[in-house]
Amino acid sequence: MKKFGLLSTAAAVLTVAAGAAQAETLRLLTWGSYAPEEVVRLFEEKYPDIDVEVTYSNNEEMIAKLRATRGAGFDLAQPSHDRIFAVQEEYGIYKPLDLSKIDTASMQESLLEGVKANTTIDGEVYAVPHQWGTSGLMADITKAPDLNSWDDLCDPQYAGQTSMRLRRTILLGMAFAAGKDPFAAYNDLDEYQKLMDEVTETLIACKANLKAYWNGGDDLSNLMLSGEAVASETWDSTAYKLYAENPNIVFIPPETGALAWIDTFAIPAKGEADDAAYKWINFVLQPEIVTMMSASTGAIASVKGAIDLLPEDKKAAVQAAFDEDDLNNLKFFANIPAGIEEIEGKALDRIKAASE
Amino acid sequence: MARSDAGKLSLILLMTPFLMWIVLLIILPQIGIGYLSFQEKVGPRQYVFGVGNYVEFLSEPIYWNTLLRTAWMSILVTILALMIGFPVAYYIAKIARKRSRAALFLLCLIPLWVSDLVRAFGWIVLLRETGVISGALQSVGLIGGPVELLYNDITVVIGLVYTVVLFMIVPLVSTLEGMDNSLLEAGYNLGGTRFTVFRMIVVPYAMPGIVAGCIIVFMLTAGSYLTPILLGGKNSMWFTEQIYTQFITRYNWESGSTFGVLLLLFTSAVVWLGLRLTGQNLASTVAKE
Amino acid sequence: MFDLQGDSLTKRFGSFTAVRDVSFEVPSGSFFSILGPSGCGKTTLMRMIAGFEEPTSGDIRIKGTSVVGTPPNKRNVKMVFQHLALFPMMNIGENIAYGLKCRGENKVDIRRKVGEVLDRIGLPGVEEKQVSQLSGGQKQRIAIARCMVLEPDVLLLDEPLGALDLKLREHMKIELKQLQHQFDTTFLYITHDQSEALVMSDNVAVMKSGRFEQIGPPEQLYHAPQTAFVAGFVGDSNRFEGRLSARAGDEARVTLDAGGEMVARLGQEGLSDGAAVSVFVRPEAISAHATRGAAAADMVAVEGTVDSLLFNGANSRLLVKLDDGTQIESSHTTGAGAGARFAPGDRVTLTWAVADGLCFAAEGGA
Repeated sequence: MKKFGLLSTAAAVLTVAAGAAQAETLRLLTWGSYAPEEVVRLFEEKYPDIDVEVTYSNNEEMIAKLRATRGAGFDLAQPSHDRIFAVQEEYGIYKPLDLSKIDTASMQESLLEGVKANTTIDGEVYAVPHQWGTSGLMADITKAPDLNSWDDLCDPQYAGQTSMRLRRTILLGMAFAAGKDPFAAYNDLDEYQKLMDEVTETLIACKANLKAYWNGGDDLSNLMLSGEAVASETWDSTAYKLYAENPNIVFIPPETGALAWIDTFAIPAKGEADDAAYKWINFVLQPEIVTMMSASTGAIASVKGAIDLLPEDKKAAVQAAFDEDDLNNLKFFANIPAGIEEIEGKALDRIKAASE
Repeated sequence: MARSDAGKLSLILLMTPFLMWIVLLIILPQIGIGYLSFQEKVGPRQYVFGVGNYVEFLSEPIYWNTLLRTAWMSILVTILALMIGFPVAYYIAKIARKRSRAALFLLCLIPLWVSDLVRAFGWIVLLRETGVISGALQSVGLIGGPVELLYNDITVVIGLVYTVVLFMIVPLVSTLEGMDNSLLEAGYNLGGTRFTVFRMIVVPYAMPGIVAGCIIVFMLTAGSYLTPILLGGKNSMWFTEQIYTQFITRYNWESGSTFGVLLLLFTSAVVWLGLRLTGQNLASTVAKE
Repeated sequence: MFDLQGDSLTKRFGSFTAVRDVSFEVPSGSFFSILGPSGCGKTTLMRMIAGFEEPTSGDIRIKGTSVVGTPPNKRNVKMVFQHLALFPMMNIGENIAYGLKCRGENKVDIRRKVGEVLDRIGLPGVEEKQVSQLSGGQKQRIAIARCMVLEPDVLLLDEPLGALDLKLREHMKIELKQLQHQFDTTFLYITHDQSEALVMSDNVAVMKSGRFEQIGPPEQLYHAPQTAFVAGFVGDSNRFEGRLSARAGDEARVTLDAGGEMVARLGQEGLSDGAAVSVFVRPEAISAHATRGAAAADMVAVEGTVDSLLFNGANSRLLVKLDDGTQIESSHTTGAGAGARFAPGDRVTLTWAVADGLCFAAEGGA
């Protein structure tokens, strides 16, 4: 098998060398909507010798794909900031970044420093921020006007009309709602286990109150737009999109703070087009591209003055959702140490398996 | 001498693609999965050989309950698919005119032309609380308020039966087509009622097709992923979902491999048991006299 | 007493009439054949008797009782199918026991009866064998035993010898006849092969286009056919087409289409002068002579050239081409004491008795 991989890699290298001495290919592994056609077209116009090839994925699958090939097959990936440190330690699928080739000056300092702090191993930085967003709640304010905490999803007055995604976000949210700080418990597995046991109980009890667990943005949108659900845990970008269709559906940062994630740029260990990757990073940090990108993703770029660079409708949605206090209250996902995912996974299994 | 050498060469040439396919795409990956399932993780990038993953599976009721539930529902789906597929296959093979037979067969194939995902979404559109059926029932006045038909086990079973019934029909049609009508007439002529003819002639004759169809359907169902997840709702558990979770969300390839091996072994055991209980064997199914 | 009677049976499929006003009676214990070319309606007739088709009109009586409307599994008429239809998933014993089981007989009786019937057909102890282990002839006997164990009033046989090779077929003809005697049951046998019908049957019905042309014992059909079709279909015949020019008693004078005249016996009544007719002469009635002798008054003589010799033992034939181009088959004895021998190209005179030539109205349109 190994031999095969080698052969095909060799063949690929040969093809690139012979057939396309000029044209380089940038194989981008990113989130759906993170490479809008227009942006790709402009990029290829500016760098005619680079072809962009996009593969859409999510955090887990990105890691699984890169792990399967030990970091080959893609030239630039966009995992979230909390999913890099442990994965890199365990599987070594990324290569260190050369920060001198990145226009770090245009990035918002706090986000850049935060990501660097999260992804530095042995003095090498493995990721820089691209866009950030939050997970929180959304509600149809005509039907659920008072919703403002994670555990309001379990409020019997919304019985059979709420939804959530059965992943780690809701575990963390519920822990915050119970007055705990799960990130603080990360370093003590026993304590974290206890916290998760507590959250599991809450969520099992909450199960009967839910309409369904959603799996992706599409089924969540259907649930909310059809009115089958009146409130749900959500990504802010999904909420913004729904706001455009029904202004009664708004994003609500929970009172304990919305959970914030930063999607980053990281270069896979066996990436073959590093220069093109750096060019792409710098390209999408330009103000006019940032606006186009945010229009497509609904997320906020990690450049200075990013909120002003949002398209008008998104800016309105963000302003409807966040005030200054909410922004100061953001809870950034912390790096996940070894063992945490195991505990969380078991908790999710138990919740899923429990009958109402 | 030269002739037999040529014969050997052509045999080798003919067999090579097949063997490559079997070895490279089926046996090697399975060995890889099997090997991985015996790796216990003891620390970052550190593994030892052991059966820890299997012990883990057995000690966690959630896991083996999911496996049993998957098997049980797959058996149910298989039985339903047989009960629905048999009359359809019988109609296509024996009652329909020759000309309409191909058209009917094609009609059965239509669901395969759209992807699993689209089919599942089709069901969702039909069955959801604000969906087509609920709306139609309300407008006719049969029910007072919207009714949720989605997100329960019955829906999962219906969706699965719909997806796999074709794989029951195809082998049944091909065995039943081979059945001479005069066998049926002889059955009646010698005094058999409809029921005796069905039980003593049609079913035994179709048995190879029934067995083949049941094996295919059972395996497909137990290994299906999208339909049970999309239609299943809050309490739905399907073993393939566990495998996916282990591989993708938990980064736990070792335990994912263990689950994969267990699913293969368990479904094979169910098939073996089914063959034993019905007194069939694989050889007579595959190579009919 | 008749085991089986048909009364003005008619069967239509849409606008097509497969069986048209057929009546017949089969006496108990006799061997009755229906002989006809494929598509003549004989299979439809048999399926009506078995109950797989309902007659459009008319009546079927078995042992005097009408069975119209009775489903096939309630009629005591059993059938041996063209391809036998032995059940491949059952062994021989189970095949024979099937009908008894359907009848709900107890296991001991079934076992005994199966053993007995296998003894009677001369295949004792084959209960455990699979169908595929038997030879063609053995399968044939099993198919009959499977029906006979139920003691039917009538056994229907739908060209069961068709799939066998020639030698076996000849042998099975005799065996079938013997089985029929042995079981003393009425057999209704369908075939397109006249030799099968003639050898085995007590009575034969010749069927054409949904109608019975003639019913009678084999000798009668052969020697005294009543229609041109029967004369042509049963046994070999030379046929001459022409027009009736004059009649005298039972003799007819025919002007042949190929030229010349011929005298023959009138085979049917009511022919008028000028009608299109066919004259049939059996090859064995014709003798060949090397020299031209004076033809007797009651003999017909024609001249021709030997085209070829068809050797077939006792059935050897001489193919002669007449001067007008007509081809005639004549019998040709080749034994030691036989008369003149011929070689292709020899001139011959063929003679037959006037009474051996039979004149019928030509078949419609033909």
